[in-house]
Amino acid sequence: MRYESLWSIYYITLKDMKTYYLKPPAISWGIVFPVAWILAFYLRNPRNFEELVPGLIAMTVLFSTTAMEAVVINFELRLGSLERLLLAPVSLPGVLFGKILGGAIFGLIITAVVTLGAVLALGLFSVNIIYLLLILLPSLLVFSALGALICVSVREVFEAQTLANLPRFLMMFLCGVFMPISTLPPVLKQIAYVLPLTYTVDGIKQSFGGAGDIAIPIDIVVLIALIPILILPATRLLARRFT
Amino acid sequence: MSKAIEVSGLTKIYDELVAVDNISFEVEAGEVFGFLGPNGAGKTTTIRILTGLSKPTTGNARVLGYDIVTDIVKAKRAFGVVPELSNMYDELTGLENLLFMEQLYGVPPYERQTRAEELLRTFGLYERKDSRFASYSRGMKRALTVAAALVHKPSLLFLDEPTVGLDVVAARSLRAILKRFRESGITIFLTTHYLEEADVLCDRIGLLVKGKIVAVNTPAKLKTMAEEKPALEISFKMSLPRAAEELGQRLIDLAVVEVDDKIRIYGGDTDAVLETVLAYARENRTQISAVSSLKPSLEDAFVKLTGLTPLLMATEKGGR
Repeated sequence: MRYESLWSIYYITLKDMKTYYLKPPAISWGIVFPVAWILAFYLRNPRNFEELVPGLIAMTVLFSTTAMEAVVINFELRLGSLERLLLAPVSLPGVLFGKILGGAIFGLIITAVVTLGAVLALGLFSVNIIYLLLILLPSLLVFSALGALICVSVREVFEAQTLANLPRFLMMFLCGVFMPISTLPPVLKQIAYVLPLTYTVDGIKQSFGGAGDIAIPIDIVVLIALIPILILPATRLLARRFT
Repeated sequence: MSKAIEVSGLTKIYDELVAVDNISFEVEAGEVFGFLGPNGAGKTTTIRILTGLSKPTTGNARVLGYDIVTDIVKAKRAFGVVPELSNMYDELTGLENLLFMEQLYGVPPYERQTRAEELLRTFGLYERKDSRFASYSRGMKRALTVAAALVHKPSLLFLDEPTVGLDVVAARSLRAILKRFRESGITIFLTTHYLEEADVLCDRIGLLVKGKIVAVNTPAKLKTMAEEKPALEISFKMSLPRAAEELGQRLIDLAVVEVDDKIRIYGGDTDAVLETVLAYARENRTQISAVSSLKPSLEDAFVKLTGLTPLLMATEKGGR
């Protein structure tokens, strides 16, 4: 990618942060929703809450990134300002990557707050920060790319949020957020291994010193490999919209 | 003179709809070229192809020497685009919008603020530079959208229906600014369905109907194409509400229409037409108060060359 394009991606991300981070759909789906779930689980069972922390951090990553993609992509699709970006000397993949980065940074901020809060409140100081970052950073890009893939196929923000709920809730219940994958029936277990959140939850669990089902390097490699796998069809879908 | 745009055999097909049908034309550097046609004629599709928003089904085009399929990012650095929709960012101020565009177009950081403020002054928006785009009037939004297309000092400017939706004052002011750009040597490619706009602004006009170019020429030459059909405009001293209809029955082969309480008669032998009209006036116990011979307008040329009525153009896009 050309040097100028990298700058353009940076400026698109910066503009999205400035313009959309305080939009109501980003706050409700990206912040309020995961925080409400965390509180609900804490109030229900404060004693065993530690066990749920990795899953809830992973859920925060999932919701914050996908919610922001719906805002940065669908607001602009509806108002025609995405077309404005495509008229500038930036390639279509460059524009989309700028959008994905905007979602990932939003997710990073929210996830950092939730993770720090959990570490400080529950005294989880044995966390392996290197592992945690190696899992969280690709996860943020994976779910932001997944959000982008969903969002470019619809026009309105509410359509995108509704459509995104399908993979969100599927992953919430199958990927080890609330119950270990090992307890799932064999068929569901197979499905869980196809879903990216499984690797995020598993990796975060191990970062906090818990036992995982998959070796952490495999979690990291799978997550990194998923980034282009999700970006590619998103780029194609967006290109199809404009050709 | 070098070519700013070269289009050859360009075709765009959406499913089964042929939006642009094998068109070829050239735009010289420094000229103002207008695509004139009704809604659905293929004007916007052509502009979208030339600016890289859409890919042609067949055919090729070069913009400022760059192939629009293989070199579009390079071409985009050299041209500016004003889309039909004023699609700047509602949440950003006028100044922030221009600064963002400058960042995207690679304007050097030390020039950005000065250049943005200069453009805001040119378009009469300086006083509102710190107001959000959402709070601008329609005319101001349009002006900022045009200003945004100029941040990188392009040598070619594409304008898609630049004055659509603007009130008369805002449209006039925008046209005045475009005339100044023309004088400064920028090549302008615009699409419009306003005949008078094309007439006033363009050096050459391409008439586009159903995806095909039916004529390309200067406004003056297009008008002469319609000159074989002289028009007489007649006013009666007394109002005759059925004059057009009744005269039409007497001048069977000629087109007789009422325009602003006047009767306009196209074609025929002038003496014979006048005799018929005089007789009609006498029968209705009135007199002719004025007779004028109309120079053919671009509207006449458009009617003759496309077979469409100017009313159709106005109606389809909401008109003015």
